Order: sequence, then structure tokens, then C-alpha cells
Amino acid sequence: MKAKFLIPLLLFVVLVIFLAIGLNRDPHEVPSPLINKPAPAFEIAQLAQANKTFSPASMKGQVWILNVWASWCVACREEHPVLVELAKSGQAPLIGLDYKDKREDALVMLESQGNPYMLSAFDANGRVGIDYGVYGVPETYVIDQAGVIRFKHIGPLTLLILNQKIYPLLADLKKS
Amino acid sequence: MIPEFGHYALILALCIALIQGVLPLVGAHYGRREFLVLARPAAQTVFMLLATAFVILAWSFYANDFSVLYVAEHSNSQMPVIYRLGAVWGGHEGSLLLWIFLLSTWTILVAQLSKALDEFMVARVIGVLGLVTSGLLLFVLTTSNPFERLLPAAQDGRSLNPLLQDPGLVFHPPMLYMGYVGFSVAFAFAIASLLSGRLDAAWARWSRPWTTAAWVFLTLGIALGSWWAYYELGWGGWWFWDPVENASFIPWLVGTALLHSLAVTEKRGGFKSWTVLLAITAFSLSLLGTFLVRSGVLTSVHAFATDPRRGIFILIFLSLVVGSSLALYAWRAPKNTLGGKFSLSSRETFILLGNVFLVVSAGSVLLGTLYPLLIDALHLGKISVGPPYFNSVFVPIMIPLLVLMGIGPWTHWKNTDLLTVIKRLWLAGLVAVLAGVGIPLMMGEFTWLAGLGFLLAFWVIASGCMQIARQAKLGKPTRSFIGMQVAHLGIAIFVIGVTMVGAYQEEKDVRMLAGDTVSVGGYQIQLVGVNKVPGPNYQAMRGTFLLTKNGSTEATLYPEKRSYFSSTMPMTEAAIDVGLTRDIYVSLGEAIDDQAWAVRVYYKPFVDWIWGGCLFMALGGILAISDKRYRMSLRRATP
Repeated sequence: MKAKFLIPLLLFVVLVIFLAIGLNRDPHEVPSPLINKPAPAFEIAQLAQANKTFSPASMKGQVWILNVWASWCVACREEHPVLVELAKSGQAPLIGLDYKDKREDALVMLESQGNPYMLSAFDANGRVGIDYGVYGVPETYVIDQAGVIRFKHIGPLTLLILNQKIYPLLADLKKS
Repeated sequence: MIPEFGHYALILALCIALIQGVLPLVGAHYGRREFLVLARPAAQTVFMLLATAFVILAWSFYANDFSVLYVAEHSNSQMPVIYRLGAVWGGHEGSLLLWIFLLSTWTILVAQLSKALDEFMVARVIGVLGLVTSGLLLFVLTTSNPFERLLPAAQDGRSLNPLLQDPGLVFHPPMLYMGYVGFSVAFAFAIASLLSGRLDAAWARWSRPWTTAAWVFLTLGIALGSWWAYYELGWGGWWFWDPVENASFIPWLVGTALLHSLAVTEKRGGFKSWTVLLAITAFSLSLLGTFLVRSGVLTSVHAFATDPRRGIFILIFLSLVVGSSLALYAWRAPKNTLGGKFSLSSRETFILLGNVFLVVSAGSVLLGTLYPLLIDALHLGKISVGPPYFNSVFVPIMIPLLVLMGIGPWTHWKNTDLLTVIKRLWLAGLVAVLAGVGIPLMMGEFTWLAGLGFLLAFWVIASGCMQIARQAKLGKPTRSFIGMQVAHLGIAIFVIGVTMVGAYQEEKDVRMLAGDTVSVGGYQIQLVGVNKVPGPNYQAMRGTFLLTKNGSTEATLYPEKRSYFSSTMPMTEAAIDVGLTRDIYVSLGEAIDDQAWAVRVYYKPFVDWIWGGCLFMALGGILAISDKRYRMSLRRATP
């Protein structure tokens, strides 16, 4: 057996090792450039009370959660019970960002499904969403006392993510 | 009950495929004829069983049987029948079933059309194909059963992704898979010849038409996918270097190298080890492509929801098939005798050079595709590799390849006087330079890249035309000679299309009110209005645009923005006025307010030449297969 004929086999073995490692990694987990950066500031109208506004500045000093949702988003309906659970736990105030939505539709949805949010900001044209780099609804951000984004999740939250990632993070942040 | 029959057929097919995979190989090794004769009937039975399973799945879609989980997930009673049938391969389970069904179709074709071949060889080929079939069937039955029930049944299905509800997509996967899977035949021939130790010109002659057939299907499949992306995705692009596109393109590049290398092995008995390695590689890359697409290790627009077990299974399967083949190669290939001697200036050298460029380009695309995965596995962060990498690496490799394409066909086997070739080719060179300078100037703007593109394309065309003229004088050219010329001409046409679009397309993103006009590439496009139009399973906003040139109306275009009832994502249906020398492409964006719309218009010169070129390549392949030499050789091979 000549050594040079083994080269293809050896190259292939290396490839398989990489593929095996790759299998255990999640390609969807793209880190957000906003992690550990101050949450972009905004001031827009609230959903339920159009004459009042909401700004992240008003949440300074507490750990809070921002959840981007919309009435047209099917995955958000799936996520809804988890948010209700999160609100019930009382661990942190939950603020909604109603993204590219119609006010009536959004209110109807909250009425029929229950409202887990302390309040929702109404981002009708998606401007705030652009600042936060939203590329799929729902998305969830955990923001600390200093107004810094500490965690971002793309896609619907699940109880598993709440228990394994968000609750421990909230406890950590509150300690500091 | 009917879906259970399908499931049962798959289980039975696995049992018979194991027989098909094991006994003929054992029989061939020990010279036991009673085992050899099992190969054909076993392959036929597997084919019948898989066809039954496939028809049953299609029936479940046709009959809207939403108690079958796969149907409920990918179809919907409102969907038109043609898309319901297309949905059979719209998801993971069904597309795998299609893969296996086509594999067994290739097997049965080999079994039927190789009656004249040595029976040991045929038994080994069918046996190897049987082993591959068994592995994939085991995969389907353990992790991806398309007949899984959903009880209680769903009221209605979830529907197919609207992106996939398109005639292009009904035909794209079967074509592509025919190509992918077709390389399994060349692979099986290579393994069979390694096993028997009979790596000779006859082996290459048997493999050649099969490899060319697979290559034709792959060419058409890739072209169809590219064309679909062009008119369906609404971005106006025709190639995105998406991992899944790359997964089909890499085997194509290696398959192209294999076609040429097989010619050397057949004619001169040379490059045997290299050809065998290419045959193994082409099929391995098809399997790797399946792994990349099906396991979800790479993100892409094509990615399907994934299950980790699937990834692991395919990886193990891939390791077994490719690992054992390469081990067999390392063990048996060194025993090959060398082919005929050839000098540095000979057709062998030119084909080898072309092969090297093709393999290097395939390697660079593979590297770019896997790079994000490698970096992630090494914990160096997450990155994605985009078109800039591929364009800057791939295009430069293609330049010398096109130069070689103009010279290679003029050379002779063994030895050529390069000086005579150059003397003959000066005219082609002149035509190429004139085209490279003249066409960009005629288009109104000279860029080096455009100049280079036309230079290379016309170099290939002029050289090809001169050769056809010369051959015609010498006597009636063979079909495979014409096929080669047509396929090379296809490459040149393709290059012209790519160059024209790359250098001279115009794109405008505008806000338009009814009555507004935008002009692009010398055409005026006026928005007449936008109105609501109902579709079978969607609601559309349809724009009406008037296309005029110098005041005379050329066409009326109706781009749409569709909202499918089953999906929240709106779909863009671009409207295209197709022409031989240009496409006008209009796509409707978002409504900006009550009256205004965002509209994107493109002027794309010669864009259809891209796919036209692919058609020529495929036609060239078909002509080459139809060469009577192959049919005669089959008869002559009878002992």
C-alpha cells in the first residue's frame, strides 16, 4: 500500500471529525452585536393608551424584559402562555413592543389571550425594531439596571429557556 | 389502511435491498453463480416496492389524508392538485423517499441496460447500489418515516411553504436528485472495478454514458433551481452561493472533471486511479450535500426543521460509505498499471490541467461552504461566508479553465505540436480580442471584467466553430464530438449571460403612485394601478405596469404581492417581460401608504443566456450519450 493513496481517506476522516463537532453546535445561535451594549433609546406611544409614551429610560434601576410581538405573528401566539407564566412569576417587569401591527388587532389579541405585559409600546412602522436589530418576531431581550442588554433570544420562548437561561440570569443580575 | 401499506412496502424493500446488497457481492467474490443471479430480480423487487410506497404517499396527498403527519404538515385542501403532488417532495421525509426511489430507478436501469456486460461486474454494481439503498432505507424507517400517522387527524393541513408553491419547484428537486443520485452509478462501477481488480478501458466505457446522464440531470436541476430563485424570490439574482446551492454545485464541478477524466481512461487507459477517485468523490459529495441539507448543521433558506438523530445517522452512514470506499481505494488503487505514456503537450495534459482547475474550484467552494462550521467547531466564533468570498476565489479559477477549453479540443492524444495548434488558433484569438474590446464599447461602458468575460466567451466560441468547420471537412463528425462542442458552446453562452448581467444590469428602487413612470435601460415603466385579486389559496395585491419603449407599448406586466392564508409571510411574485437580449423585471414591494408603493425594477441584459447556456450543456451531454459507439461497445462486450 502506497502512502499517497491514503491521503483522500485521511482528509475525509478530518472532515468527519469537524462535521461531528458541527452537529452539536447550533448554527441559529448568532450572537447579537447588541449584547452588553446599552439598549437603544426610544420614546413612542403606548399601545393601550395612545396619549402616553414609553421610553426605556423610565425603567432605569430595575432589571426588565422587552418582548417584541405582533398580533399577526403565529409564533407569538404559541409563545403567549410562556409569557403569561413569566409575568406570573413576578421576577421582572415584562414590557411588550408591538411591532408593525394594527392597534385594534393587537388590543383584540391581548383581550382574548390575556395580557402578560405591564404595558406595550406601539412600534407601528417598525422604527424601534430596526434599532434593536429585530429580524423575526418574537424576540426577547433582558435589560439590566444600567439599561444594558444582557441577553437576546430569537424565536418563541419556551419554559425550558425560562428555567435554564432567563430565571438564573435575572437572579444573577439582581444580586449585582 | 393505505398509508400502512406504504410503510410495509418500505420495510419489505429494506429486507430485499439487503439481499440485493449482500448476496451478489458475496457471490461475485466466491464465484457462486447461484448468488449472482439474485441481483437483477432483487433490484426489480426493490424498485416495485419503492414505487408502490411513492405512489401511496402521492395518493395520500391527492386524497388530502391529513391523518398522515407528513401530509398534514406540507399540504392543505385548498392547494391546487399540482402543488399537492409537488408537496410529496416538499419536506424532509418525502424528499428522502424521492432520493431512494430515484436511486432504485437508476439501479433498475443499470440492471436492464447492462445485459451485455460481464455478469460478475453487473452483480457487483447492483450489489453496491443495494447497500447504498439499504442504508438510506434504514435512515428513512428509523428517523424519517413519511407514513407516520397523526391521530386524531388534522382538520386541514398546514400547507406547503408558499415559496415552494411554484411550477419550477415541482420539477426542480426530481431533476436535481436524478443528477445527485445518478453519480451513484459511476460510484458503483468504480467500487465494483476496485473489488474485481479490473480497472481498464472497458470499465471507463461502461461508466461514461451513465456519468454523462447523471451530469445532464444535475445541470438541468441546478439551472432550474437558479431560474426559480430568479423569478420567485423577487431579488433579481440568479445565484446566491447559498450552502444548499453549493451542495449541488460542488458535485457538478467534480462530475464535470470525472466526465473528462473518464475520456482519458477510456481512450488511453490513463489516469485510472485518478478517475476512480473522482467517481468516489462525486458521489461522496452528493451524500455530503444531503448531509449538509438534511442535518441542519448549516443555516440556509433551504434549511428544514431538524432532528439531531438525523444528523448523526447521516454522518455515520456517510462515514461508512465514503470511509470504506476510500479505504478500498487506498488498498486496491496502487495495483493499477499506468496508462499509455504521453508528452507534456498532449490532450492528456490539457484534460489533466482542466481537471485540476475543476477540482480546485470545487474544493474552494466546499471550503467556503464549510468554513463557518469549521470556525465554530474550533471555537473561534460564528461567521458566515458570503458571495464576496466565492466570487473572488471562484472566478479567477475559471479564467484559465476557459482558456484551456479553447485549446484542449485541438490537441491530439499522446503528443501534439503546440506550435501548429497556436498557428491554427490565431484567428480565434483575434476574434476574442475584438469581442473583448468591441462589445463593452458598444454597450457604452468598458470595464476590465466585462472585457475579460467577452474575450473568454468568444475565444471558446471561435475556437469551437473553427473546429467544427475543420471536422466537417474531414468527414462526418461523431455525435460525441458534436456533443462536446455544443456543451462547450453552452459554457460560452453562459459566460456571456453572466458578463452582461454583471456589467450592464440596471436596478432602481422607487416609490411610485398610480401614473408615475420610471425609466430603466431605455424602457419606460408606468404604474397604472394596484388592485386586490383573489387566488385559490391566497389573496393578492396585483400591480399593473405598462412597459413602453420610445412611445410604443411592449408589454403589460402584473407583479403580485401574495398573502397566503396559511402563512403570515407575504410572497413576492415578480413580473418579467422575457426577451432574448434582455429581461425587464418588476417586483412589487411594500405599500408605503394608502396610494404609494415601493417598486423595484431591473433591466437585465442577456440574463436568459445564463439558463440557455445550461440547456446547451445538457443538450451536449445528451448528444454524447447517443453516440452509437456506446451501444456497439455494449454488444461487443458480450463474452
